[in-house]
Amino acid sequence: MLDKVFFFFFAGVAILSAGLMVTRRNAIHSAVFLITTLMATAGIFLQLRAEFIFIAQIILYVGGIMVLFVFVIMLVRLDVALHQIQFSRQKWVALFVTLALALEVGVMLWSSRKVPGQGFLLPNAMPAAKLPANTEALAGRLFDAYLLPFEIASVLLLVAMVGAVVMAKKRT
Amino acid sequence: MMPIGYYLFLSMALFLIGAIGVITRRNVIVVLMSIELILNAVNINLVAFSRIFGDVAGQVFALFIIADAAAEAVVGLGIIISFFRNRETVLEDEMDLLKW
Repeated sequence: MLDKVFFFFFAGVAILSAGLMVTRRNAIHSAVFLITTLMATAGIFLQLRAEFIFIAQIILYVGGIMVLFVFVIMLVRLDVALHQIQFSRQKWVALFVTLALALEVGVMLWSSRKVPGQGFLLPNAMPAAKLPANTEALAGRLFDAYLLPFEIASVLLLVAMVGAVVMAKKRT
Repeated sequence: MMPIGYYLFLSMALFLIGAIGVITRRNVIVVLMSIELILNAVNINLVAFSRIFGDVAGQVFALFIIADAAAEAVVGLGIIISFFRNRETVLEDEMDLLKW
């Protein structure tokens, strides 16, 4: 019961603020609503008993990436662009793509209902009390089976850092 | 734990809102934010299935996706700053240097 309340609260907040994020004219408002969406998604992660992802989401996304976004919004002057049209004239393309995607996923969800055992309402997840300690299990898996992808991700972050510095620096 | 369909539906809704943002907005910064939203919607799926099957591999991949999102945001914002310095605009339909 409490699970249901938490899920619908966070899901409602996430979808509502995502919609507001896409429709606001001001980019700062969009950033604030994106932060709300990310926090609500972090709540969903906590409701799924993924504590480490919850913390990583808040620290990395809300504390890191979104601060970067707000910095850049302040660096580029948006007050000129604010009075121009904020939406490009691709309304029908957007409508078509969205309907096609929604239809595809809807058909997928609908047809997976008939799969025996693992269908639409897969009911028997492991009870929460029996789960192993989340961070411990995650670390064990990350540094054992997924060590090479982990190292590749660190190289990727290094490359991104160097690239960002090179691109954002003033030409002399 | 709610039934998996609820999570799939939430993820689909966020993904579609993000896709609408990518297609319709003119401001490149908001387009990048919509891409972040899409990546986040995928994370919900991964974590939900990892909870269902009792296997943390899904959460490992969610971590990788968060790292990728950080890298992508950093490089994208670097490009935006560099472009703004040259052309004084962040609207994507004015970025038409390669248009014939």
